[in-house]
Amino acid sequence: MKKSTMIDLLWVVTRRDLVLAMRRRADVLTTLIFFVMVVSLFPLGVGPEMDMLRKMAPGVLWVAALLSSMLSLGRLFSADHLDGTLEQMLLVPQSLSMLVLGKMIAHWMVAGLPLVLMAPVLGIQFDMSAEAIGVLILGLLLGTPILSMLGAIGAALTLGLRGGGVLLSLLVLPLCIPVLIFGTGAVDAVSSGLSVASHLSLLGAMLVLALVFTPWVTAQALRISME
Amino acid sequence: MLEVSNLACSRGDHRLFAGLSFALYPGQIMQVQGVNGSGKTSLLRTLCGFMMADEGEIRWEGENIQSLEEDYFADMLYLGHLNAIKDELSALENLRIAAGLSGRQLEEKDAIAALRRMGLKGRERLPTKVLSQGQRRRVALARLLVSDAKLWILDEPLTALDVGAVGLIQELIAEHLARSGMVIYTTHQPLQVDGVEMRSLSLS
Repeated sequence: MKKSTMIDLLWVVTRRDLVLAMRRRADVLTTLIFFVMVVSLFPLGVGPEMDMLRKMAPGVLWVAALLSSMLSLGRLFSADHLDGTLEQMLLVPQSLSMLVLGKMIAHWMVAGLPLVLMAPVLGIQFDMSAEAIGVLILGLLLGTPILSMLGAIGAALTLGLRGGGVLLSLLVLPLCIPVLIFGTGAVDAVSSGLSVASHLSLLGAMLVLALVFTPWVTAQALRISME
Repeated sequence: MLEVSNLACSRGDHRLFAGLSFALYPGQIMQVQGVNGSGKTSLLRTLCGFMMADEGEIRWEGENIQSLEEDYFADMLYLGHLNAIKDELSALENLRIAAGLSGRQLEEKDAIAALRRMGLKGRERLPTKVLSQGQRRRVALARLLVSDAKLWILDEPLTALDVGAVGLIQELIAEHLARSGMVIYTTHQPLQVDGVEMRSLSLS
């Protein structure tokens, strides 16, 4: 038997969560369908005024992405908590932060990436220009991992609480405001012919910052929740 | 060597035990005894580092486990009330992932050998949700076979097991002790390992 390194752990955890998600496909699909539904309701509700739709498109898409990523966050640790796997995870000899990072990556691939891939199709509903859709996707690519990572902190803190889902949204949504502002700001900028570099680099900076700090914070929150 | 000195633990405002001291040396086994609610599980969870002790200290090889952290986790194996297996995964996948989490890469043939020894021949690749309660417990206990941890902390390892499996667990514990391992456990069923002194600790 070989001793495994931190990268092996990351791989084991990410792959495990992806396999589990594939065996419970309904959970993955509900998040995606929720996103598509919420976004599609707006053109129906607001009416077919192209100018207005084009103007509100980035906001609607981003808010819907935010809400649908909240939906799946509750499951991030709770299933493992219920069957005792989380106890074993707290005892990993490599690094709990690394394990948490693995779970975050898997969560993003299951709950964030499909939204990014779906966004261009939904953008057409709002008559967005090709340029704006491109920037929207770039923004979502940088922003949705941040939502998964910030959400993991909330999921760890509300672990095992009754009505934790609502509390989780109340905790996490305010933290996501900067992501929302810069994500929608980038699309607005490209629509009015300005440079998007500043918005996207700020999103990138937030992503790097989240990548460094959130796994550790989540690990500490898990230890507190399990006491 | 595991040393516990002057340990006190409480749940809410209720003091479970206080002034608890003992030492466990390589090759020794100790049963934690007590009525329901006397704090057996809390003691084991404190030994794992899940719960903070109110007072006192737990030392592993002479160092406090709070400062050892991950180095301590590499040396110990905890088996709780819950099986920590996933219904959607097969016994084989569960065991290999559990080994991965405890820092070891387990080859498929070793995992299959371990599961067969646990009496799960022919069921290695079935999703664990179709297995019986006792068989699921066996999957969880197969971790004992693929671990090289020195300290085993077992909380009610014998629940849901039949007579044959209990015999097998006694055999595993005897082998572990012969490798100068240590075991601390709770149980409400008789467990007898030949040739070693069965120490016991009473919580009241």
